[in-house]
Amino acid sequence: MAESVPVDGAHDLPEAHAHHEQSFWSKYVFSTDHKMIAMQYMFTGMAMALIGGFFAYTFRMQLAFPGVEVPGWGLVSAGEYNALVTNHGTIMIFWVAMPVLIAAFGNFLIPLMCGCDDMVFPRINRLSYQVFLLSAIVLLASFFVEGGGFGGAWTAYPPLSAKMEYSLTPLGSILWVSAVGLEFIAFLLGGINFVTTAMNSRAEGMGMYDIPVVVWMIVIASILFMASVGPLLAGAVMLLFDQTLGTGFYDPDKGGDPVLWQHLFWFFGHPEVYVVLLPALGMTADIMATFARKKLFAYKTILYTTFATGVLSFTVWAHHQFIAGIDPRMAHVFTITTLLISIPIAELCFVYIATLYKGSITLTTPMLWALSFVAEFLIGGVTGIFLGASGADIYFHDTYFVLAHFHYTFFPIAIIGTFAGVTYWFPKMFGRMMSDFWGKVHFWGTIIPFNCIFIPLFFLGLGGQHRRIYNYEHFPELAGQGMQDVRVFATVALLVMLVFQIVFLVNFFVSLRRGKKAPRNPWNANTLEWTTESPPPHGNFGSEMPKVYRGPYEYGTPGRDSDFWPQNEPS
Amino acid sequence: MQEYLPAVSTYAADIDNLILLVLVLVGPWFVVCNVVFFYFIYRYRAKPGVPSGYVTGEEKELKRFVTFPHLLVLLFDLLIIYGAVRVWVDVKQTLPEAPYETVRIIGQQWAWSFVHAGPDGKLDTADDIKTVEDLHIEVNKPYVYELEARDVLHSFSVPVFRLKQDAIPGRVIKGWFQASTTGEYDIQCAEICGIGHGVMFGRIKIESAEQHAAWMAEHATLSPSALAAR
Repeated sequence: MAESVPVDGAHDLPEAHAHHEQSFWSKYVFSTDHKMIAMQYMFTGMAMALIGGFFAYTFRMQLAFPGVEVPGWGLVSAGEYNALVTNHGTIMIFWVAMPVLIAAFGNFLIPLMCGCDDMVFPRINRLSYQVFLLSAIVLLASFFVEGGGFGGAWTAYPPLSAKMEYSLTPLGSILWVSAVGLEFIAFLLGGINFVTTAMNSRAEGMGMYDIPVVVWMIVIASILFMASVGPLLAGAVMLLFDQTLGTGFYDPDKGGDPVLWQHLFWFFGHPEVYVVLLPALGMTADIMATFARKKLFAYKTILYTTFATGVLSFTVWAHHQFIAGIDPRMAHVFTITTLLISIPIAELCFVYIATLYKGSITLTTPMLWALSFVAEFLIGGVTGIFLGASGADIYFHDTYFVLAHFHYTFFPIAIIGTFAGVTYWFPKMFGRMMSDFWGKVHFWGTIIPFNCIFIPLFFLGLGGQHRRIYNYEHFPELAGQGMQDVRVFATVALLVMLVFQIVFLVNFFVSLRRGKKAPRNPWNANTLEWTTESPPPHGNFGSEMPKVYRGPYEYGTPGRDSDFWPQNEPS
Repeated sequence: MQEYLPAVSTYAADIDNLILLVLVLVGPWFVVCNVVFFYFIYRYRAKPGVPSGYVTGEEKELKRFVTFPHLLVLLFDLLIIYGAVRVWVDVKQTLPEAPYETVRIIGQQWAWSFVHAGPDGKLDTADDIKTVEDLHIEVNKPYVYELEARDVLHSFSVPVFRLKQDAIPGRVIKGWFQASTTGEYDIQCAEICGIGHGVMFGRIKIESAEQHAAWMAEHATLSPSALAAR
């Protein structure tokens, strides 16, 4: 076996991509090929999504039918309920949205769309995945230790998260914060790669304004992540010290301050929303341009707006803490910045809608996902304005209105964005086509129940229902039959949505084996990844690397026979 | 809002009106946005023989369709900021002028306890009335609360007041409320505080002046010296 293992780092040299037999281990497990690492991230993310979804099923069942044994779990105790909601949030953001949107699509798309043979640092890339996998194992292990998984919410506010006598999960909290810390390290390693590759390794002729929007967005997201995660990583280490060594960074009895953690957490936590949002927005832009056969409306405006959003996103964090005991005068500053960020986001929305103008729109499965992203995210954005207004947040804070609001942002990002990307690039990833019919069945079977779950939750929030309560029987205002019926309705909608995910999994795995062979460019798209074989060989473009002559969105250019104009086609 | 939940504090209506303001400003444009979006999807569906148009988005006459709405957003933002700041200053940044009643609210795993000032109107005197779960207040009287936490974060929340404030160990946070009608309502803990978070409930009992005086007379445990001092 040893002879067949390629020299690590040999991928830096194009001639080293000559075909050589690789063993199973070096091809699938210890690969440094960006496409294989992308698949590792994607399948790990999908597996974690199944776990996160199972958690959601379990606690929604408890909410709809309190005290009844949940099939597949059993009775849900109050402690288990807290652990389930905590880890549902943690998993869906850190172990699903991050690995799939940034790492899987970033890894797969950046070298292919920039026309280079691999990431600039292939071994750092491999290390990134290995650290990530370790972090996922550490997190899952927290459910099997004494005391069970951590149950202090995904925001992990101390003192609850810092002191075992309060949380009653002595090992679960330590493992949780360790896992999150490791995950951050993994994405720091990945982020360095994404930025460096996109900036330094582009095909000949590809200027800054010829880079596809999705690549730009992943690069900006990586920069946001790297710039914001430092304080929280330090904060996480301090929390770990508070937990294990008895330090008092967050302990008022020892001169610490619990609110410090909230600042560190949200200084990262709010940019994090944009870290996962941007890749999804980018994929949506590329997909909409392709299936509307339209040049993206105001490409440069999109870039500048995204930069503006990124910069502003560092100034809004304390809107999560309006009523957390910060100086009340600070709320004004953060209300202003928060409402101002609605301007670039609204602008992006308008530009996306304007892209459809005069298009020739085909509603394929990826296009349906991309359009639904815009429609659903709009609801998330609009409801955010209610929460950004400090006066209204006094009431809305920590109610189901907040919960419904951020699910209208995170669901489009993590779920709709992922499905859009997977259905669009599936032919390139695996060399086969997915079934469009079953793709549409899955689309409607997901999008309708999704709205049925979360629209009612806005109204529960308006009615004063607060979050993270395993059973509302102790609150007469919330225990009425009317509200319970709404909870049952949302849970039933969730069950329907989960059942339809089977359609996706079957479609995915059957197409992987039996799908129609995909041509190089099934969607007649312009970007470079469609110019190579499906799936691309090791080294991506064979012997001749592509040259770029124009921007990525030349659709419907007047005076041409075909309605698209690939970036690498000489004029 | 009131259809969902009664409004029982003097500032509840202000908060409801702020929510309504946002809804009125944003709602119609949200609808317009969606109408345009779905109209475009329908109008520009692929038709055989009809090619797509070539629009860069840099054209002045088209760009204004993005610029104008975007200025509108800015205008609405300013209005909403104005409304939000006004409500916030009133609820969170000002305390009522004396005379007012004081009450200490203490959150701990997993119950609310209350220290009522008692007949002398002062906290930390012998006639204080301490209760667990039940907060007794008099209608139409301003109250200043001193919010404390003994162990972890809690959040004192009275939905019918539209009031919420986190409690932080090591700090005393002051705020105010004034009930506008009598009745009995929920008190929640809105910040996750451990496995008993779901059973951390309380009741606020808003009483008329007579009822409140009677309750106080029944529960005040006056020491002889305190009685003499009256």
